[in-house]
Amino acid sequence: MAAPVIQIENLNLHYGAFHALKNVNLAIGAREITALIGPSGCGKSTLLRCLNRMNDLVPGCRIEGAVRFEEKDLYARGVDVCGLRKRIGMVFQRPNPFPLSVFENVAFGLRVSGLTDRASVNAVVERSLRGAWLWDYVKDKLGAPALELPLDQQQRLCVARVLAVEPEVILMDEPCSALDPISTAKIEELMLELRAAYTIVIVTHNMQQASRISDRSAFMLMGEMIEAGGTLGLFTKPTDKRTEDYITGRFG
Amino acid sequence: MKPVGERVVEWTLKGLAFSALASLLLIAVFIFMEGAPFMVRLGVKDFLFSSDWRPQEGHYGIFAMIVASVWVTLGAMLVGAPLGIAGAVFLNEFAPESVRRVIKPMIELLAGIPSVVYGFIGVMVVAPLIREHLGGAGLSVLAAALILGVMILPTVISISSDAIGSVPRSYREGALALGATRWQSVHMVVLKAARSGIAASVILGMGRAVGETMAVIMVAGNAVTIPHSPLDSVCTLTAKIALEMGSAVGLHRQALFATGVVLFIGIMVLNGLAMAAMKKRSART
Repeated sequence: MAAPVIQIENLNLHYGAFHALKNVNLAIGAREITALIGPSGCGKSTLLRCLNRMNDLVPGCRIEGAVRFEEKDLYARGVDVCGLRKRIGMVFQRPNPFPLSVFENVAFGLRVSGLTDRASVNAVVERSLRGAWLWDYVKDKLGAPALELPLDQQQRLCVARVLAVEPEVILMDEPCSALDPISTAKIEELMLELRAAYTIVIVTHNMQQASRISDRSAFMLMGEMIEAGGTLGLFTKPTDKRTEDYITGRFG
Repeated sequence: MKPVGERVVEWTLKGLAFSALASLLLIAVFIFMEGAPFMVRLGVKDFLFSSDWRPQEGHYGIFAMIVASVWVTLGAMLVGAPLGIAGAVFLNEFAPESVRRVIKPMIELLAGIPSVVYGFIGVMVVAPLIREHLGGAGLSVLAAALILGVMILPTVISISSDAIGSVPRSYREGALALGATRWQSVHMVVLKAARSGIAASVILGMGRAVGETMAVIMVAGNAVTIPHSPLDSVCTLTAKIALEMGSAVGLHRQALFATGVVLFIGIMVLNGLAMAAMKKRSART
């Protein structure tokens, strides 16, 4: 595995009385795709949302342990959460472009950072749209409402929106679950391309997807990290009986 | 064939539902029948654009009252719209649940206070304050605008709050995940997504302000003049109708009905705009 860029150490998370993550440990390698797999409700999305502190928004959520990003604990006192989310971007399960134009969606992160210079905003928007393989489709309708794009283009717009902020890590929470197989294939291809420059963590329900695109996989069950390792090894020679049962489709 | 009991219930409910529509039509027809012929006879131009209102001598110009209604309403919007929208944003986006639980019912309570009580507070508190600190008679455009501004708060807050509350969570999450602060996510995304609902709340609030009568009679001073400053006394369209209808006969009475026609049309236009704004919102989401 590549040098780890994120290290999750003894992470425990409670939603009120519910113990959602139990002593989770995981290392995420730089410029690799790490897939979090497991049945619904196993805590994989919750774990993903710990990495950019989106769980901060959930009332009654308590977190213990550490998530180290480039050695520094994200949950330490005085961490700049907004700055952190610019370095660790996120693509959501359902495409969620803002009710703004295509252009303004991509420029959003720049506006947030206070960048106003017209020429540089234009340049970043074009570069990001090209990076998400969307430029050729939307270059003539940058002013059109983003919500009028087809669903798979909306999802790639959400990727472009993240790219514009120039993050180091991109978190993807079941990014293809709202898309048809052809659109899914496009997003997967895009992810493989993005891997050259970004660290990607993806939550997926889809075993084939995990095996097609990920370098490493981590299997979770009921809030526990059961097994993590190279995807090929995990899928062909799982060391834990529960992993084997899940992968071979005996439950989940 | 439905059983008889079923049909009786159905027709009763239908009748009740249509009675609301019927009363609206009846009111409209009645006001227009009483007021429209008068307007035609006097000439729409003389009626709408003359400020000479002396019913005893046969002068019926309502321009000063139209101007008064417009100024008082705009003043009320200046007070009520920012306060109401800010209140709705605070309640939905920033207030902790415990605060929201206390404030929301209080705002609804505000809507239940009779307008005569607002007028009373205007006369006893607001008007004297204006007289002492800013001059003039105290009973003025400014006093009416302040009182009406508070009176429309429940309308503006509850409708904008619904609009803000119906903005999908995913928009907020998307903005925050891009590193936006709470306030950036609100003003760059949430308010944009909710803007038609917010516009509707302001327009409906405006409709309330135009139509309010009792509080305005008590605090606006009721002088039929075109105001030159916010400290001047004015008489709005609604106030004039309420003050004189009791004693008016003949032409004078018809003139007041014609004034009602002008108000009616104004309010219909505002409500139409509000509905169009709301419809736009539901069409988009």
